[in-house]
Amino acid sequence: MADDAIRGYGTQGGPGEVPESRQLLVRLSVLAAALTAWVLLYRVLSPIACALVCAPLGPKDASHFVSALWFFAYEMPKVLMLLALVVFGVGVIRTFFTPERTRRLLAGRRETAGNVLAAMLGVVTPFCSCSAVPLFIGFVEAGVPLGVTLSFLIAAPMVNEVALVLLFGLVGWQVALIYAGAGLLLAVVAGWVIGRLHMERHVEDWVYEIRMAEQEDASRSLTWSQRIDEGVVALREIVGRVWIWVVIGIAVGAGIHGYVPEDAMASIMGAEAWWTVPAAVLVGVPMYSNAAGIVPVVEALLGKGAALGSVLAFMMSVIALSLPEAIILRKVLKPRLIGLFLTIVAAGIVGVGFLFNAIM
Amino acid sequence: MKVQILGMGCAKCNDLAANAKAAIEQSGADAEIVKIDALPEIMKFGVMSTPALAIDGEVKASGKVLSVAQITTMLEGA
Repeated sequence: MADDAIRGYGTQGGPGEVPESRQLLVRLSVLAAALTAWVLLYRVLSPIACALVCAPLGPKDASHFVSALWFFAYEMPKVLMLLALVVFGVGVIRTFFTPERTRRLLAGRRETAGNVLAAMLGVVTPFCSCSAVPLFIGFVEAGVPLGVTLSFLIAAPMVNEVALVLLFGLVGWQVALIYAGAGLLLAVVAGWVIGRLHMERHVEDWVYEIRMAEQEDASRSLTWSQRIDEGVVALREIVGRVWIWVVIGIAVGAGIHGYVPEDAMASIMGAEAWWTVPAAVLVGVPMYSNAAGIVPVVEALLGKGAALGSVLAFMMSVIALSLPEAIILRKVLKPRLIGLFLTIVAAGIVGVGFLFNAIM
Repeated sequence: MKVQILGMGCAKCNDLAANAKAAIEQSGADAEIVKIDALPEIMKFGVMSTPALAIDGEVKASGKVLSVAQITTMLEGA
């Protein structure tokens, strides 16, 4: 069954089809050439930006406009290139994980260890928020504890590679690491807490009554050629969807970079005003953005003196607490559990905000 | 044969349906497209990530939007 499908795509099919080794060789050659070009181009991005902007208009801090323009000319190709590389890589990694495999890895696990594993798997398992409901049902059906399932569902949208790449490219690897770590920790703790509260009664009854067929796990039977192809598909799909937001976001960031004075945000989102963390979370709740749009804003806020904790809280709130997600979850969770879920995640995000305002 | 598109109405599901339609037209196969968007039905297939494509009840791929070429190959093999 699954084998026919697997053999079906990525190859010509039928007699006379090209052997896997040949296909792989072609792909690896192209990949090697592409990576070489990537590295060479990456190293000259700054000189190119200078050639485009500084040569005709003067040094980069000559005026607000030049400053903003240089920022745009340098950051835009840089971020897009990083994004392409990471999305491709993660796309390939994701072929090793399917929801079916993750479900099998998590079924019947005890809490705590299960929460940690679920959060980590949430990052690498391909997941589209439109499948949140079938996935939730599938997990619960297979005996994955409720808290563990929720750890997965919190980590998956929040710790996503687009967010991490953008943070790394625009803000710095430290913040990217902090964001990833805080997101995972939040997923583990929130899921664990909900598990301890034994809210199983607050899952819609019909979820437990559904009989779900067993589906094969396709992750093992893919060839490397197919995995590379999947990486390319992910690249086209994600970058194709997201690039416009990245460009807009960087343009906004460039404007703020060039025109807004330093420390402008320090008073509004500075570390002294404790109320900025809960306020940032509240402001973020009704907003929903994919990571691509929000990171340039984050970069601009940080660059102008906003406190790290408040900004992290804002970003997490925008991505993790979203109305669309709550609507989807409403199908499988009763109102009290949804309320609890949102409250605990929000509280966790506020906690993260305070923590980083205090230590940074 | 029945080409079943499982999904609950997101953009990807529509893309998959469009590709499937094109694949059927291209290959000239005697097939009709059946959209399955009710959750209990989707669960019966054991699918956890939508969109998914099944042919006559057998799930061929889930969680991705197959290209027209990929679907055409599946139609010919079915």
